[in-house]
Amino acid sequence: MLYREAGDFKTTYVADSQTFPLKLDRIGFWVTLAVAWLVIPFVINDYWASSLLVPFLIYAIAAIGLNILTGYCGQVSLGTGGFMAVGAYACYKLMTSFPDVNIMIHIVLAGGITAMVGAAFGLPSLRIKGFYLAVATLAAQFFLVWLFNKVSWFYNYSASGQINAPERFVAGVAVTGPNTPAWAQYLICLFFVTICAVIARNLTRGTIGRSWMAIRDMDIAAEIIGVNPLKAKLTAFAVSSFFVGVAGALFFAVYLGAVEVGEAFGIQKSFLVLFMIIIGGLGSIFGSFAGAAFLVLLPVALKWLGVDVMGWPTDLVAHFQLVIVGALIMFFLIKEPHGLAQLWRLAKEKLRLWPFPY
Amino acid sequence: MKMKRLAAMALAGTLAAAPAMAELVIPDLSYRTGPYAAGGTPFSDGYQDYFNMLNARDGGIGGESIRIIECETGYNTEKGVECYESTKGEGALIYQPLSTGITYQLIPKATADGIPIHTMGYGRTSAANGEVFNWVFNYPANYWDAASVMINYLLEENGGDLSGKKIALVYHNSAYGKEPIRTLENLSEMHGFELSQLAVDHPGQEQKSQWLQIRRERPDYVLMWGWGVMNQVAVQEAANIGFPMENFIGNWWAGAEHDVTPAGAAADGYKSLNMNRIDANLPVFDDIRSLVHEAGNAAGDGSHVGSVLYTRGMYAAMLAAEAIAKAQEIHGVSNITAAQLRDGMEALEITEARMEELGMPQVGPAFSVSCENHGGSGLGIVQQWNAADGQWVALTDYIAPDDSVIDPLVAEDSAAFAAENGIEPGCL
Repeated sequence: MLYREAGDFKTTYVADSQTFPLKLDRIGFWVTLAVAWLVIPFVINDYWASSLLVPFLIYAIAAIGLNILTGYCGQVSLGTGGFMAVGAYACYKLMTSFPDVNIMIHIVLAGGITAMVGAAFGLPSLRIKGFYLAVATLAAQFFLVWLFNKVSWFYNYSASGQINAPERFVAGVAVTGPNTPAWAQYLICLFFVTICAVIARNLTRGTIGRSWMAIRDMDIAAEIIGVNPLKAKLTAFAVSSFFVGVAGALFFAVYLGAVEVGEAFGIQKSFLVLFMIIIGGLGSIFGSFAGAAFLVLLPVALKWLGVDVMGWPTDLVAHFQLVIVGALIMFFLIKEPHGLAQLWRLAKEKLRLWPFPY
Repeated sequence: MKMKRLAAMALAGTLAAAPAMAELVIPDLSYRTGPYAAGGTPFSDGYQDYFNMLNARDGGIGGESIRIIECETGYNTEKGVECYESTKGEGALIYQPLSTGITYQLIPKATADGIPIHTMGYGRTSAANGEVFNWVFNYPANYWDAASVMINYLLEENGGDLSGKKIALVYHNSAYGKEPIRTLENLSEMHGFELSQLAVDHPGQEQKSQWLQIRRERPDYVLMWGWGVMNQVAVQEAANIGFPMENFIGNWWAGAEHDVTPAGAAADGYKSLNMNRIDANLPVFDDIRSLVHEAGNAAGDGSHVGSVLYTRGMYAAMLAAEAIAKAQEIHGVSNITAAQLRDGMEALEITEARMEELGMPQVGPAFSVSCENHGGSGLGIVQQWNAADGQWVALTDYIAPDDSVIDPLVAEDSAAFAAENGIEPGCL
């Protein structure tokens, strides 16, 4: 009754093929954007920025990146952590080598470098598939972490092997370093999230996205109808790695400020992002956001509930967190293998028919 | 009706009074889960039990009660940042993260927020230069001191000459483990020993290839920078290849009871550094047992009292409490702020007499802190594991590090940090 296309007339082809065909969806989208851009920056504080919103936004970019590769193109990757590390170290080297260039350009360039590295590691995907490809990307993960630990050029020969983000400004406001105001930290991440999500959404609706999905659904059939697997797979690796690289650069420069490759970009990170897209929904941009929100907010919420509200010992709560998150992952895999995005889709279907379902 | 209103007023009164009631807020970023929990648990128990004991015995410090906020980090930097952000708003006075990775995160943040960090024997070594790192303290000793103390001990054992000896460093492949490398490289040039480096990746359960290499190269001594499960595995692997235990020396984070007990009798003779003496019969432990544990306020299960890391956690709490008392004395107020505590830490002086008075005679070296030197004296002892008795035996008195090697390194590294971050060195 409230949520339906009745009365929402399309009179042009452009209007008919727009991203959100339903009026209520469009309104919802613009309201979300307006709240994110115009309300949250004014009410945000340090805690909300560094504990919840900034990690959520950064993981959302990484999840969109992995979703393009795994969800849209069907190539399983366990190398996300390693590719994030490429983005972070590229950003660090650029920041320290060219201190006068704007950080925004560095973050984009870091994404570009990661795209090249990703495409190089994507080459084996032309010959191997499925589990075997997962193992090949796992090798990329371990190789990259080893590389950044071993070659001291990457961390400018610092004694500890850590990289530290120097202070950089955008329009006179610090966006990296300890004196960054919470709203600036949030806005720079939101900026990249918005751009990335719009690009990803439109890519997946166009020719490239369709060729990715054709490869995912059946590669031989796709080849027969004229999809070039070399081009499709390598573009998927490159675009996916670009997003992951941007996420890694933001993760290092804006969120943490100092990272150690083994700890920040280890195999756990690859699994975390993979869980995000599985829980959120493979092949869905909304799912990437939902999955990132779920896995970033849930541990903090559980901690708040257990320690601050219930007053339980911290170690007990930490162990319970593992149990609950694990149980929820299993529950989702059994009850809704297509993730939170599918739940959202079902809810929308129900809403369209309400109150007269058939 | 009237009663109800009275009760409501009384309730409102207590609610309004609650924030006004001054207290000293001390966050404890602990880790009781994950691969490093074996070390994190006793340290945190000791840290909290000492403050709880002060609350019970003296009503806090200078009449102000202490409130501890525990936050579980799991030795993970992201959770550490979350813990820092969630506790700093409560009026946190001092952070003791017990993790070099988290320390690197917190140094810029806490400096910007004006909250002191005490990284006792860990963290960023060059923070000993208080003119650059105004808010960071790493007294009584740091990693480069530890490396130098080890080499000085070996020099003494070898009649002052290490030339031609082969020394291997087994280290945790992280900022923590990499810290001593530069010092050891300088020392190897100076004393003519050959240094080989063997990295062990987090969490450290897989060390077969490193120890295979040690078996092949046959170094005279193996030094270790390990933490958590890595220590137990290393001691076991050393026993497996038959490496003489008395030539295997860990730093002060690789020398607790739980590191050696899993290897059983094979661990007998393993040596490690320590920055505090261990004595399970310190009078302060009696106070903790009777006032905290028997009252049911123990931070953990109460089983670690007197162990190496429990003692060190308690020692860290004592140093914080003394600095708070010093700050109260300097500023003449009992409810101090984080900035006032910083002044107290910078003026801290620990004497033998004071430690005796506190019921922990000779638990650490006597030292004093100044604006130029946030690093303390840098002394360390060498202790050896006696598997039959199940205890650590101190082999030496406090050994001094070679300051002529360390001071230039500290000056160089802190100057680089100051240049990178645009800091003008100077006292606050």
